[in-house]
Amino acid sequence: MTGGLGAVVSDPRVWAAILVIGTLTYGIRLSFIHLFGRIDEVPARVRRPLRYVPPAVLAALVLPDLVTVGPSVAATLLDERLLAGVVAGAVAWRTENVFATIAAGMGALWLLRFVVLA
Amino acid sequence: MTRTDGDVIHEDLAAGVRDVTPLMLGIVPFALVAGIAAVDAGLTLAEAVGLSVIVFAGASQLAAIDLLGSNAPLAVVIGTAVVINLRMMMYSASIAPYFADYARRTRAGLAYLLTDQAYALSIAEYERNDDRSRWRYYLGAAASLWVVWQIGTVVGVVVGAGVPDAWGLTFAVPLVFLALLVPAMKDRPTTVAGAVGGSVAVVAAGLPLNLGLLVGALFGIAAGMVTEVTAS
Repeated sequence: MTGGLGAVVSDPRVWAAILVIGTLTYGIRLSFIHLFGRIDEVPARVRRPLRYVPPAVLAALVLPDLVTVGPSVAATLLDERLLAGVVAGAVAWRTENVFATIAAGMGALWLLRFVVLA
Repeated sequence: MTRTDGDVIHEDLAAGVRDVTPLMLGIVPFALVAGIAAVDAGLTLAEAVGLSVIVFAGASQLAAIDLLGSNAPLAVVIGTAVVINLRMMMYSASIAPYFADYARRTRAGLAYLLTDQAYALSIAEYERNDDRSRWRYYLGAAASLWVVWQIGTVVGVVVGAGVPDAWGLTFAVPLVFLALLVPAMKDRPTTVAGAVGGSVAVVAAGLPLNLGLLVGALFGIAAGMVTEVTAS
């Protein structure tokens, strides 16, 4: 946990990542907007797996942050991050609203951390 | 419909700005989190803003920040962020016919601003209202998102630097992904893709180089495709 506003020296690794991700992302955005006229639509072989990228990647990003396999089933399930995540998940399902989901999840985390499990 | 050249802001541009405004409720906290997470991972203000301006794609920015903060190898950081943005290829293909008549330079500019929200709004409007100037409506919506996103990132960096670690503000990162994940699991195959992708990622969390994420994602995509085949 270094850096922040006080950090003066930029990490070349970070700028390399930013430039490469930015260039490739722009290429993805431009791809068919540029190609249109030569290719009419995304080939089915590309389109089919693409459909499953958002749920698969997002779930693979979320779950390891909420679930840590503990020494016992109880330890795994009674984790404050998992419990707060379940609350946030329920709110996301009901509202499909990013703001409500963040508010519910952070509220639940603070309640568990500072009140219930303190 | 009245259009006069004397108007300061073209009516179609204004319509794009107006229609995108309610979506800001979801964008602002997302942008704040991107800024907070960046400062927490040790990025400088310049790096955080550079990421927001050059990449301009929230979910991939958060994933990149997360991985940079845990010292993952560059190839893993780049691979993960790019995979997350692959969905934009679908948007590019879907919106391309509407931009086909514009000059190459115009299309290159419009492509930079392509986001989930700008795409969804514009496509819906083009199908509803054929009289709209396509580029003006799109620009109104997409450029508004861009401005709010950049301001939100900077505010997030400043706020994030002043909040104690105990508040666990970076917990908002998985919460943002969760808010995006739930609507993405809209039928059986996509739900299976999410369930398998997430479970495998948890089990594979101990793999070196943060490869658990990519392994989980690949298993999830495969599971979704298998489910689709067996269901039909």
